[in-house]
Amino acid sequence: MDSQRMEEEFVKRVQNGAKIESNDWMPDGYRHLLIKLIHMHAVSEIMGVYPEKEWVPKAPNLRRKLAMMAKVQDEMGHGQLLLRIVEDLAAPYGKGREELLDDLVEGKVKFHNVFHMEARTWADAGLIGWLIDGAAIINQASLLSTSYAPYARILKRICAEESFHMQHGENVILSLAMGTDKQRKMLQDSLNYWWYSLLFFFGPLEITPAAQKMLHYRIRTKTNEELRQKFLAKYVPRIWSLGLTIPDPTLHYDSKLERWHYAEPEWETFQRIVSENKGPKSQERIALRRIAQDQHKWVRLAMTTGI
Amino acid sequence: MSHETNSLAPEQLTEQQHTVLVDWLTQLADDEFILGHRDSEWLGLCPTVEEDVAFSSIAQDEVGHAVFYYELIQELEGVSADYLAFQRPAHERKNSLLVERENGDWAYTIVRHYLYDLWDQIRLDAMVESRYTPLAHGTQKMKREEYYHLIHFQHWFARLTGCGGEAQERMKQAMEWVEQDLDDLLDIGVYESDLLSWGILTKPPTEMRSEFYSQYEDLWKDISDLSERMIIFSKQASKGRMGQHSPALASVLENMTEVIRFDPNAQW
Repeated sequence: MDSQRMEEEFVKRVQNGAKIESNDWMPDGYRHLLIKLIHMHAVSEIMGVYPEKEWVPKAPNLRRKLAMMAKVQDEMGHGQLLLRIVEDLAAPYGKGREELLDDLVEGKVKFHNVFHMEARTWADAGLIGWLIDGAAIINQASLLSTSYAPYARILKRICAEESFHMQHGENVILSLAMGTDKQRKMLQDSLNYWWYSLLFFFGPLEITPAAQKMLHYRIRTKTNEELRQKFLAKYVPRIWSLGLTIPDPTLHYDSKLERWHYAEPEWETFQRIVSENKGPKSQERIALRRIAQDQHKWVRLAMTTGI
Repeated sequence: MSHETNSLAPEQLTEQQHTVLVDWLTQLADDEFILGHRDSEWLGLCPTVEEDVAFSSIAQDEVGHAVFYYELIQELEGVSADYLAFQRPAHERKNSLLVERENGDWAYTIVRHYLYDLWDQIRLDAMVESRYTPLAHGTQKMKREEYYHLIHFQHWFARLTGCGGEAQERMKQAMEWVEQDLDDLLDIGVYESDLLSWGILTKPPTEMRSEFYSQYEDLWKDISDLSERMIIFSKQASKGRMGQHSPALASVLENMTEVIRFDPNAQW
């Protein structure tokens, strides 16, 4: 069978709901898209450790300290599980763990915009759990039906853990919302800081050629905008119910169009943060990652070769 | 002999027993809390992603143990565990100097934790049949977790000292640094004899220490080219257990209380 026929058969199968395993035949295009998507997901989980890591030592009581430690550990664990999937996919190209993580410190793989931002206060730490993990769940739950079976299996576990994180974040936020004036102000500042980053998190409005291909291969089944709308539908009422003000006076539900109308984030500015690693904390956090990667080469060398 | 009938109950303690017990529990709680805190600073910086996950579990266990000890003090003193963990000034803290030191490199981290855990195991063994039953029960549970910590660090220690080159050099250096704080770690404060005579500890501290040092010497023997090294211990004046700490602890506490200080009247 020529490769075009094989590709057509493959597309027909995934479009009929077939699931692909790592040792099944797959078109190169499919493999490349998966590597790109899951590699970015993996390193985003790892880079997601750093904004919250800063708040683990500052968690204000024993219960919060333990919860925060467990949560950040989960994120690292997700990174590990996802890296294992990418390692399988990238094996034909001779890429392993070391190279995949080198890509991160060399700026060759992108990570989510939100993890380039600063976690300035305890409210930010809570809001990351509540809204960013909340947004991530919406994104990841939509991928549960992905055509690549190993990814779907890991996502199931990730979604379950993320929903704990969301509740942890919500609990932190509730204490602030019901707290003193200083705490409420801190919380409102935090929402102001994160709002447009959250909207950008779901990606651009237009369906890019890469996104179109992912839909074609059933790697994903929902568009960015569908997911953003889901997020708004779920969280805007909750945010309002806490007495917070969303920093977008035009935000409303358009019942005629049956969608949320919102002021768009500055796409280009946010895009630059991701594609050029030019966010407020991008370089500092990549430097932290470099410590783990470079300064411990001697450890990994000793453990693998005994030298 | 039944420890149940011979047990010390919280409500029956004499004033002196109360004082001694609180002093001892504070040493244990502060050791575990500060070490767990230091461990948690490694998040995201460990040599491998797998170790990051494992090390975080260990950090959580240590903080969990601290919570247990702080709650025992809370019962005796009527002061909240959160207050004890977060609000006490450095000079009231009784942790050993070893656990407050900055993390340093991975070799220092492994050596510190391994030696701490070796001592902790001996300490737990001396408490599992304590006449203070809440302590006996809790330490029995802890031993189950500490068993795995010990295996984890034993493995790291053996692998990193067992090879040559940079790893072994760093491990030797780390052993020398940690060694300077060992006497302070093994110090039990001023109530050593009371702890033993009241059965809070069931093994004489002098025996506990010699057990530790004999294990410690064996570790050196395992490092092939260091077998000739002389190890001399001198009992130095107690520091950590008496509330005398290094600037490193002050900076830990400063960092730890940043959120609380933002609004001291708030619930978090």
